[in-house]
Amino acid sequence: MDDDQGLTAVAAARPAPGPRRRAAAVLHRRPRLRLTLLLSAPLAWLVPGYLGALAAIFLTAFWTTDTFTGEVVHQYTLANFQTLWDEPVYRTIALRSVGVAAAVTLIDMAIGLPMAFAMAKVVRPRRRPYLVVAVLAPLWAPYLVKAYAWRVMLAHGGLADEVLGPFGLSGPGYGLTATVLVLAYLWLPYMILPVYTGLERLPDSLLDASGDLGARPLRTLRAVVLPMVFPSLVAGSVFTFSLSLGDYITVKIVGGRTQLLGNVVYDNVGAANNLPFAAAVATIPVVVMLAYLAAARRTGALREL
Amino acid sequence: MWSTRVALAATAALAIGLTGACGDGDSAGKATGAGQGGFTVPKIAARQSLGAGEGRVNLVAWAGYAEDGSNDKKVDWVHPFEKQTGCKVNTKIAGTSDEMVTLMRTGEYDAVSASGDASLRLIASGTVAPVNTALVPNYADVFPGLKLKPWNSVNGVAYGIPHGRGANLLMWRSDKVRPAPTSWGAVFDANSPYKGKVTGYDSPIYIADAALYLMSSRPELGIKNPYALDQKQFDAAVALLKTQRGLIGEYWSDYTKEVQAFKSGDSVLGTTWQVIANLAKAEKAPVEVALPKEGSTGWSDTWMVGAKAKNPNCAYKWMDWIVSPKANAQVAEWFGEAPANARACGLTADRKFCDTFHATDETYFSKVRFWTTPIAQCLDGRKDVKCVDYSKWTQAWTTIKG
Repeated sequence: MDDDQGLTAVAAARPAPGPRRRAAAVLHRRPRLRLTLLLSAPLAWLVPGYLGALAAIFLTAFWTTDTFTGEVVHQYTLANFQTLWDEPVYRTIALRSVGVAAAVTLIDMAIGLPMAFAMAKVVRPRRRPYLVVAVLAPLWAPYLVKAYAWRVMLAHGGLADEVLGPFGLSGPGYGLTATVLVLAYLWLPYMILPVYTGLERLPDSLLDASGDLGARPLRTLRAVVLPMVFPSLVAGSVFTFSLSLGDYITVKIVGGRTQLLGNVVYDNVGAANNLPFAAAVATIPVVVMLAYLAAARRTGALREL
Repeated sequence: MWSTRVALAATAALAIGLTGACGDGDSAGKATGAGQGGFTVPKIAARQSLGAGEGRVNLVAWAGYAEDGSNDKKVDWVHPFEKQTGCKVNTKIAGTSDEMVTLMRTGEYDAVSASGDASLRLIASGTVAPVNTALVPNYADVFPGLKLKPWNSVNGVAYGIPHGRGANLLMWRSDKVRPAPTSWGAVFDANSPYKGKVTGYDSPIYIADAALYLMSSRPELGIKNPYALDQKQFDAAVALLKTQRGLIGEYWSDYTKEVQAFKSGDSVLGTTWQVIANLAKAEKAPVEVALPKEGSTGWSDTWMVGAKAKNPNCAYKWMDWIVSPKANAQVAEWFGEAPANARACGLTADRKFCDTFHATDETYFSKVRFWTTPIAQCLDGRKDVKCVDYSKWTQAWTTIKG
């Protein structure tokens, strides 16, 4: 406060402060105005553009379409949700989608954790940037190229068959397994990066202390590393889970006859032209993700994002 | 109690939705008298004269309908059109009729090659305008059997220019499938040796293929028209497709995906179009196609002009071009369908092409069931039952895929 008053006094002593300086002074005196101006731009995007879109989806879900002409009938009805609830196929698809998202998340955790640990603690610090680049590099290749590459590899007599052939096995072919595999590959960097960041913050001295106190590596992992890195794992899983839950392209390319929630939405928008029903289906992943985020928040993981 | 009320509300809303076509049209102030098939026709005027071309035209088309030489250097009728008219062609390929309806409703496209299961929906929603056939000189040579049909006209007003017609075929890998199949039974046989390698068309209209097969395999169901199914017949078709699902490796709607699947052998048997077989053969996949003995579902396509077309002059020029004898012969031969222009038969590379594809054979086409939008009012003329409408077909299709 003292400093402040000193400054204002000096400013007052000077002849006629410029408009910029006066604006700065006004902003300085009114923290609320400052905050409003600072937030108005992002909020202008967030509220109409983002939350507005979500609200529009939710509202549309209560309308129907004229089945013949495909025009939206603006008439409030619960028919879409009734269909979702009554038709067992949608429950199956929803559960399958959540299952795929969970499987992808678990696989990415199982691969990502040791990988991130090696990057953060085992490899010499000078080489770390190269590994980070190696993990990030696949993100620069277009999504479709990677998915189609997997379609070719998993094709009948493709690379997967050739590699597994000598062991008397064959590739998984197109289907649910292929979908999980490809999604796990696609989203792996999103798991590795937050876990790597979390592990970098874990002091080496803790690992040494654990060893000094007689803990074997597994015990150290369980009692020291995992509790410290858990929020990072959850943060990574938010990415892998939500990205898998909404995906419909990979499953179209390598999923064979499988359909997930994203496909039902896509078919209803693109093919059947039934936007209201698509909106009703789209609320399922939103609800699942909100529940997931609420659970993640309790672990404190959102602070790691 | 609550659930009963919800159900009632849902039923009421559905009923409103079903009659909504009329209501919506009226409120928009564009409706005129009732058309056939129980829908009102939005009043949109056809063009009376043509002006200069706009320099471009945006098309929604089936794969193989607007070839510019990128698939096969010799197959190109887009560039000559551009050279002659100055209209640059932008083509958006659609995989299903539903996709076409959706794309046209955006208003960003000028013309569409609509099949019979899309055309009436486009007319009823006011998405396409009537066509003044006097402005399309080549219309005079179109087979009379294709003019003013229920799927391209309403109350004697033409809504488009017939493009061609053909049948959905059965394709198989000649090195994997022996003996060569002659019946659609091959793709519906629960004990098929090709389990996991069968493919089907990923659209609700594929239910009609199952219904067509049931017409001969289970005559007691009394199916007369695969697009007019009462609840019992519909359930039988759906049950057949659910059995078939166990055999399916993947469904296709993207034609490149089917070409690749047949090439690699991930699919060895299933429904296809002639153009897909051509592309697969061009990529050296050993495939054969045939029209099975039960006959087939098929299409009769119509070029229609968008009601809000930004380039209507170029759209008319395109319609005239695509049914001109030479271009119509090219597209018919490439896609593997019967041309619409009678004079096209003299210009095909294969002299016997029109005979092979039965271009003039109306009795043959009486066996091909052209795609039509199923509506509640039975298309086969039955008055004592209600038929299952297209929205139920769409929902059933999701259930079939599981």
